[in-house]
Amino acid sequence: MGGFIHYFSSHFQTLGQEFWPLLVGGLANGFLYGMVAVGYTLVYGVLRLINFAHSEVFMAGGFASFFVMQHLVGTSSPNGISSVLYILIGILVGGLTGSLIAMAIERVAYRPLRKRNSPKLAYLISAIGASYFLFNFAGKEFGRYSVSMAQPYTNHPLFTIFGAGVQMYDIIIFIAGALMLFGLDRLVTLTKLGRSIRAVAQDAETASLMGVNIDRTIALTFMIGGALGGAAGFLYGMNVGVVYTMGFTPALKAFTAAVLGGIGNLRGAVLGGLILGTMESFSVAFLAPSYIDVTAFGILVLVLLVRPTGIMGERLGRSA
Amino acid sequence: MLKVENAIVRYGAIEALHAISFEVNQGEVVALLGANGAGKSTTLRMLSGLHSAWSGSVTFEGVDITNEKAHDMVSRGIGLVPEGRRIFPQMTVEENLEMGAFARSGSFHDEIEEQYAKFPILKERRKQLGANLSGGEQQMLAISRALMGKPRLLLLDEPSMGLAPMIIEQIFEIIGQIREAGTTVFVVEQNATQALQIADRGYVMENGKIVFSDSAKNLLVDPRVRAVYLGESA
Ligand SMILES: Nc1ncnc2c1ncn2[C@@H]1O[C@H](COP(=O)(O)OP(=O)(O)OP(=O)(O)O)[C@@H](O)[C@H]1O
Ligand SMILES: [Mg+2]
Repeated sequence: MGGFIHYFSSHFQTLGQEFWPLLVGGLANGFLYGMVAVGYTLVYGVLRLINFAHSEVFMAGGFASFFVMQHLVGTSSPNGISSVLYILIGILVGGLTGSLIAMAIERVAYRPLRKRNSPKLAYLISAIGASYFLFNFAGKEFGRYSVSMAQPYTNHPLFTIFGAGVQMYDIIIFIAGALMLFGLDRLVTLTKLGRSIRAVAQDAETASLMGVNIDRTIALTFMIGGALGGAAGFLYGMNVGVVYTMGFTPALKAFTAAVLGGIGNLRGAVLGGLILGTMESFSVAFLAPSYIDVTAFGILVLVLLVRPTGIMGERLGRSA
Repeated sequence: MLKVENAIVRYGAIEALHAISFEVNQGEVVALLGANGAGKSTTLRMLSGLHSAWSGSVTFEGVDITNEKAHDMVSRGIGLVPEGRRIFPQMTVEENLEMGAFARSGSFHDEIEEQYAKFPILKERRKQLGANLSGGEQQMLAISRALMGKPRLLLLDEPSMGLAPMIIEQIFEIIGQIREAGTTVFVVEQNATQALQIADRGYVMENGKIVFSDSAKNLLVDPRVRAVYLGESA
């Protein structure tokens, strides 16, 4: 009994010292999850299906930016203004590749099923097939080992808030993630394209009566979600390296985040990502580093059991 | 203006429309009548491109539109007020109206004001979600939304369905005004009397076939119309 209490009190002590670092690291991860989670939620909104091949969009973004970066800077770490360029180019390449791969997945794995009014199970199997094809293809072509990308930042804390060392990497994720997610929110709320996505999500047939091209809108929805997923693949790969299986776990966590926030709900996906990232981060301190994935998937099971509609419910259609 | 010739529509192996032919002339109000399951909605789905004819042809303003897709029909000049109104539930009244102008480029805010002038209740509700409107308000919004696309031919699928008699009066009054403004109207109804009062001509449908047609005045007193609704063979 005494040992038990000691166990917890010592952990609470760690918590006291490490609260802020854990929070900052968790939120940075959370933004990454959010960027991938919105891809699941967007596609769910228009097709009512989970795009389980989205993990490979993330992986493709990682690899494409890796190759371009290798070509541009080799292994030297860029600094100053060139590191800003490095990140912008990486996001651009990752995003572009992600959107192309996502569009290809829609074309090849989903559209033929849609035209035939196939049952939902067919989509799931098709998604798994596409996913296996893509990551095995990457494994065969690019090797089975993780390769690291040049990092445009040093691993020293940039500055401290409340005693927490904030890494340059965290800052990059915060800025890039927040900008992209905010941009996405505005796109869906304010633009004509966003309105067509919401219309298709609410009632595709009626949207087509208004002049919305459903096929095009669905393709664009995949591309938008793919762009954020691919960019996230770059940001993630920049930190921990790229490998053909890199999509699996982060994407499954992003899916958890999307479910946690309410699948179909864009802001919910971001919120779910931030909550998940933070909880994971604290579970490392409370339990053990090896519990990080257990926490994430424990949350998934719990949400599915207790509140399958997530925190904010399903509502891609809504403007705000 | 609109000419349908020997159109057959299939749902998989089921033939829902058996080689139907009819026409609608510029400036007319034409009613399509028939009992449940006769194929009225299927006819409108065919005209609006949601479900193309399997054979036969549909010609609009001299252009063959048999295989035209639904999303191209608005720009062609055909608007549909679908069965059950199909308001976007999570969009506001105003956003629904904006959707109606989706196929058009340029500003459409004058048109929205025009619709508000026609339907003051929509202006009052402009910031409300479609899901929170009453049935009558939804029907007005559905009509108004279709008009935002500036159709030359307006198709209406059972505009009176599920509405109180007073609201039905109002809806049909609006349809009369639409026609006076120069839009041709093709209306599907189960409420035959109501529809025939504003129509010039009518077609009567039974089991996927057009069984007869006449002027609205004659159909109003035609015992065969009653028989069709009661399920007796005409
Ligand atoms: N998606 C579909 N798949 C298969 N059969 C269908 C489909 N839609 C309609 N049908 C069939 O086609 C026939 C015509 O249906 P339709 O909806 O056009 O009738 P309707 O005249 O509009 O009836 P109501 O007055 O009830 O609206 C019916 O027998 C119906 O069961
Ligand atoms: Mg019908």
